[in-house]
Amino acid sequence: MAQLDTRAKLAILADAAKYDASCASSGTTKRNSSDGKGLGSTEGMGICHAYAPDGRCISLLKILLTNSCIFDCAYCINRRSSNVRRARFSVDEVVKLTLAFYRRNYIEGLFLSSGIIRSSDYTMEAMVRVAKALREEHDFRGYIHLKTIPDAAPDLIEAAGRYADRLSINVELPTDAGLKAYAPEKDSARIRGSMRQLRRHIDDTADAKTRYRSAPAFAPAGQSTQMIVGADAASDSDIVGTASTLYDRFRLRRVYYSAFSPIPDASADLPPARPPLLREHRLYQADWLMRFYGFAPGEVQAATDDGFLPLDIDPKTAWALKHRDLFPLDVNAAPRELLLRIPGLGVKAVDRIVAARRWRRLRLEDVGRLTVSVDRVRAFLTADGWRPTMLADRLDLRSTLRPPVKQLDLFAA
Amino acid sequence: MPVVLLDHDADFDGWRSAARALVAAEIPSDDIIWQVAGAQADLLAGAPTELPAVEATFAVPKRFVELAEAVICHRDPARFALLYQALRRLRGSPRLLEDSADPLVHRLDTMAKAVGRDLHKMRAFVRFREVAGEDGTRFIAWFEPEHHVVRRNAGFFARRFANMRWSILTPELCVHWDGAALDFTPGTTRADAPDGDPLEETWRTYYASIFNPARLKVKAMTKEMPKKYWRNMPETSLVSTLIAEAGTRTEAMVANGSNEKAPAMARSPELDEAIVYDSLSAARAAARHCTRCPLYKNATQTVFGEGAPAAPLMFVGEQPGDQEDLAGRPFVGPAGQLFDRALADAGIDRGATYVTNAVKHFKFTPRGTRRIHDKPDAGEIDACRFWIDHERRLVRPRLVVGLGATAARSLLGRPVTIAKTRGAAIDQDDGSEVWITVHPSFLLRLPDAAAKRREYQRFVDDLGQVGARLKDLVD
Repeated sequence: MAQLDTRAKLAILADAAKYDASCASSGTTKRNSSDGKGLGSTEGMGICHAYAPDGRCISLLKILLTNSCIFDCAYCINRRSSNVRRARFSVDEVVKLTLAFYRRNYIEGLFLSSGIIRSSDYTMEAMVRVAKALREEHDFRGYIHLKTIPDAAPDLIEAAGRYADRLSINVELPTDAGLKAYAPEKDSARIRGSMRQLRRHIDDTADAKTRYRSAPAFAPAGQSTQMIVGADAASDSDIVGTASTLYDRFRLRRVYYSAFSPIPDASADLPPARPPLLREHRLYQADWLMRFYGFAPGEVQAATDDGFLPLDIDPKTAWALKHRDLFPLDVNAAPRELLLRIPGLGVKAVDRIVAARRWRRLRLEDVGRLTVSVDRVRAFLTADGWRPTMLADRLDLRSTLRPPVKQLDLFAA
Repeated sequence: MPVVLLDHDADFDGWRSAARALVAAEIPSDDIIWQVAGAQADLLAGAPTELPAVEATFAVPKRFVELAEAVICHRDPARFALLYQALRRLRGSPRLLEDSADPLVHRLDTMAKAVGRDLHKMRAFVRFREVAGEDGTRFIAWFEPEHHVVRRNAGFFARRFANMRWSILTPELCVHWDGAALDFTPGTTRADAPDGDPLEETWRTYYASIFNPARLKVKAMTKEMPKKYWRNMPETSLVSTLIAEAGTRTEAMVANGSNEKAPAMARSPELDEAIVYDSLSAARAAARHCTRCPLYKNATQTVFGEGAPAAPLMFVGEQPGDQEDLAGRPFVGPAGQLFDRALADAGIDRGATYVTNAVKHFKFTPRGTRRIHDKPDAGEIDACRFWIDHERRLVRPRLVVGLGATAARSLLGRPVTIAKTRGAAIDQDDGSEVWITVHPSFLLRLPDAAAKRREYQRFVDDLGQVGARLKDLVD
């Protein structure tokens, strides 16, 4: 009976948690239980233990402690005016479920979030109790991600950071105006205040760690956030701008973009449409350009048309087409930061090119061995024995770079 | 023609010492026959050749050792020869590996990548099943790796599950951990593995619930979780149903979303948690129509708190009783009278305090013509906390005294025992203090007179302590 009960709650509280995109379990301190105590390990690289048919990885047990909430955020399935079934896990239930799943190698750990019940402190305290029980009573050494409730008391945040690998606070909507319209009880200044506080804690701890090995840890995998895309009118330029500010100001490890997904019993204020998955994908690509390819936010914004990234080609290609004078680049001579601008060349491919060209003059077929698809990149580079023809003059270049159009197949396997 | 016999499929040490000797003797790769013990022997090959032990003749870059340790796990039989070719070439050009455009280096890189992926997928997709044995529980998994990765991965599972006893069975090689050491045994068949675990049903529930049907991306799933792994993963049996139903589920959500107004939005305003009444009289008026919990159905009326509007001292009882329910005022029945007497004995003027209840409707069981008091449950307390919170915010007392367990639970948000919490202040976020003591009806229920006297005195003492504390704060 107890088993059945937990399952029924799990169905409700996992369903309620699935709109959070993050499932990362990487980037924390390395630890294991080979000293004969405890359970679990983290070895740097996260592990995705399964994939759902939505293509998302399942790495953590991602659930809410409760889906009751005193807030009424229009985009959220758990808002108090929604008619979803409500449930609440006890601390003990979450702890037992996490450990049982972990022992069977289903998960890397727990991602616990919660609707806000009674008050921020009350809710945060309950979440901290789960993390504390896992760490202190069961010596759990797997990964824990806690969603932080803005406004929670500093000592609760402190405790959360001590037990969790990662903390996150969702900014929810890319603009303050959007937040005001859709989440009237949330306050962007408070959300940013909490992020600043987290950053200070994380920085202080990192600083202390350099001097004292035994300094207590605080969220070693840093903090992250999530923005909902497509619920309000924010443009891709707005979103990219907001994301880059968040990365700079709060040193976020990740900004997640979540295409607004229709939810059961939706608020009438929202677009009842399929989620803009391709737009979400383009934003992730833009995010990558800023984090790994040396693009300034302004450069990504320059790749947009009226503030929106093109959907038919990726943002790097879009940027390159607007800067045709820069290409073709010579793979045998161009500096690394320029090679990174070539559409279709990833960071790894560029590093391989830079290493390999010390030993040989690269021909196009050599480049082919170093990258995924030579067809995609050839228009933008020169190699020994290869020059693309009249790149700058070709009006049809965009169409040749576009992946072939095909009808969306819902049931493709 | 030298024949090298390796101990097992991923015998790096064996390969290394043989390769060292062969490179030193400048034997070309094509002349060597590499064999693995137990594998089908090459009919043309003779007995293994005795190779002289050789000191390390030249240093290889660390990167090569890492690469070779991975490549040696690949299922391609050519791996030994390819590594040997690379080793020979490294002698002449020690930085060969940096040139990824070289076909051999590229091939080895690709093989190492495939092995790395297989290692990773094994860490991800092994599913243990719990089995109860005579000597305790054991976790057993059946897995079918693509390459020879079991040995290389054993350490990972030992570090992670050091305090469990587990086995991973595969067709080629099985690995066991008893809590102290790894043990390898020959491969086996699926029949030797347990065929289920009761928890798998719960895991499937999770898998189905975390899937968002509005974001179907089947290719992204199969790219990372290729079908060859599916048969050993309990959750994958759901995949086809989830995909098949996704379209209808999403259409239903989209269709619902286009309704003019979701029905939930029409909920009555007194249920609205966000509504904030800014005066006590407004709150009192709204509470008259409260339907937050089912207790309103049988009770006569809402019994709201009363007393001085800005009282520094607030008392919170459990719920109205029979007489309070009829009168519409708190603490007027037998317990209320006892409460008045105790207040007087402790030197507190009830007129200067605010008195209310944790639950504002009378909960009872009818027995004949009488209504027998029933304890409110957690849901009713939680529902009514909305009103208590209003009273606390609007009256702003310095001290709040919870009378009995129900009041304590309401004020503190968690169940506490009176014995442990009475007699000390519990600081609140708003700067006030909560004090807990017994409910006066507890004194009425005590059967023997001596206990009654003793407990009454303790109650008065508690009240006296609160009175003194208040004086400290006010002065």
